[in-house]
Amino acid sequence: MERKVVFAKPEALTDAPTHYCPGCTHGVVHRLIAEVIDKLGIREITIGIAPVGCAVLAYNYFNLDVAEAAHGRAPAMATGLKRVQPDKVVFTYQGDGDLAAIGTAEIVHAASRGENITTIFINNAVYGMTGGQMAPTTLPGQVTTSTPFGRDVKIAGYPLRVAELIATTSGAAYVVRRMVTKPATIASAKKAIKLAFQAQRAELGFSLVEILSSCPTNWGLNPREALEWVEENMAAYYPLGDYKVIDEVKSLK
Amino acid sequence: MAKILMKGNEAIAEAAIRAGCQAYFGYPITPQTELLEYMSRRMVELGRVFLQAESELSAINMVYGAACAGARVMTSTSSPGFSLMQEGISYIVCSEVPAVVINVMRGGPGLGNIQPAQGDYFQMTKGGGHGDYNVIVLAPTTLQEAIDLTILAFDLADKYRSLVTIIADGMIGQIMEPVELPEIEPPQRPEQPWALTGAKGREKNIITSLYLGGLPLEKVNLRLQETLEEIKGNEVRYAEYMLEGAEIVVVAYGTAGRIAQTAIKEAREEGIPAGLFRPITMFPFPYDRLDEVAKGVEHLLVFELNAGQMLEDVHLATRDRLPIHFYGKMGGVVPSPAEVLAEIEKIASPQRGER
Ligand SMILES: Cc1ncc(C[n+]2csc(CCOP(=O)(O)OP(=O)(O)O)c2C)c(N)n1
Ligand code: SF4
Ligand SMILES: [Mg+2]
Repeated sequence: MERKVVFAKPEALTDAPTHYCPGCTHGVVHRLIAEVIDKLGIREITIGIAPVGCAVLAYNYFNLDVAEAAHGRAPAMATGLKRVQPDKVVFTYQGDGDLAAIGTAEIVHAASRGENITTIFINNAVYGMTGGQMAPTTLPGQVTTSTPFGRDVKIAGYPLRVAELIATTSGAAYVVRRMVTKPATIASAKKAIKLAFQAQRAELGFSLVEILSSCPTNWGLNPREALEWVEENMAAYYPLGDYKVIDEVKSLK
Repeated sequence: MAKILMKGNEAIAEAAIRAGCQAYFGYPITPQTELLEYMSRRMVELGRVFLQAESELSAINMVYGAACAGARVMTSTSSPGFSLMQEGISYIVCSEVPAVVINVMRGGPGLGNIQPAQGDYFQMTKGGGHGDYNVIVLAPTTLQEAIDLTILAFDLADKYRSLVTIIADGMIGQIMEPVELPEIEPPQRPEQPWALTGAKGREKNIITSLYLGGLPLEKVNLRLQETLEEIKGNEVRYAEYMLEGAEIVVVAYGTAGRIAQTAIKEAREEGIPAGLFRPITMFPFPYDRLDEVAKGVEHLLVFELNAGQMLEDVHLATRDRLPIHFYGKMGGVVPSPAEVLAEIEKIASPQRGER
């Protein structure tokens, strides 16, 4: 009987089991990135930069050359890697604490310089790895381990909208926000990741895909409730959409 | 080879270029800025990478990234910027990738001032960032030496897969002197099977400074310490001046070493048997040689542009077997040779010194 492969692990992923909690969407996004890398045939020229955060061990999961950056510094490290080998594809994978708190300067300037790199930004509204403290993206009123009474914007200020912010930089070519809650949104996120990598390959400038992500463990929700929370609460504060798509990117296929 | 007149910062920059530096990342800060400016022109003319970073934090992490790709890479800064680089330096050392950092020191602490100083000695020679590590620290006294040591720095970084620093100061950065710039063949660099160049036709490479669990990190630390032992065995460098028959030996490095040398010449003219011991590698510090030198002399005079930092290493080297005097100026004050001579005179003949 002839067999046809209908589902296989992407080559750009290793066989290592991930350490992510059940219902965590970090793993989903890893897979999407790996599928895109396979599809574009760029595994052997792609270099990833892992963040400090729950994805710190991403270098074990991607079957690529990977560097592990200091907290928030991935865009600077990516800049160094890319500038000395412009023919390679370089991407950073960063959480909201990593990118939007300690590493705000690095991401804004990498975008502003039009650094030819791609950033996959995982917005899960908490510091997952350190046990669920407030992130720059924590919603007003959201209870975390460091906002036990809910985020009081009078004390802790307001959540930062990263895609909107980065879209204002002239160096950015492609900046969008997606989520990965069900097949349709996952497919849309994958398309965005693909376009972001294609923009880099076409040397069009900086690309960022913000992905609203779940952290059931620190939100105190089960996996299904967590995905609903993303759709109902996060997507309300962080509208999905295309914040900057330059014409050259629009014409990419 | 013809000598040309150059400013210290520019001489270091040109030396780095001749050593095959492929990428430079930096942030302006006085008294180092001409180095960055020189690179901004020459590196671009040569088709190499120059980038002005948004901070020293970013600059050192760009260096880290380029080093991971196996490029010859460097940055330069001055004291406050060097403080900001400590995070990246610690990561680079743990990751075992080669890089060069120039620190043209200024007065501190805090924003301090822009005068020459040596207040970063502890930070540079004893680690500086978090964790157990040291880096090679090279101390030039003249611009020619700054050129030669900059070239050496790149080779040592490659040889030991580590970060190498130049401990310069505002005086060395700012003065002009005739120098000879060597023509260098393209560098013979070791193979870099570890570099992140894309996993083509080989297993993937990982560069990380994360080693979860006690044992793996201990192993890395043991390896780093082994490398340091090798460095201590191979790379100790120093210079000696008028040590024959010397009873008073001044220990000084960098700009202080240069001032001391003039003072010693004058002391000898006055009939005072003084000499100079000048460490060139501040790490690895020439403990053994200094101990030997100290055996035949009456007094040591440690002279630094700080409150007495290398002084501790001199105590360690000699275990206080002889009187160790200290003369230092802080906050960017640079004494004249006459002031150092007066200190030597005080030791030679206490009565005369108190005139
Ligand atoms: C300089 C520094 N400060 C703090 C930490 C501790 N730390 C580790 S992960 C983390 C937060 C990560 O949160 P985020 O970027 O949102 O990633 P997530 O775990 O949510 O995916 C912090 C503060 C660190 N490793 N380094
Ligand atoms: S703590 Fe949150 S972000 Fe981290 S792995 Fe678990 S669910 Fe995912
Ligand atoms: Mg997070």
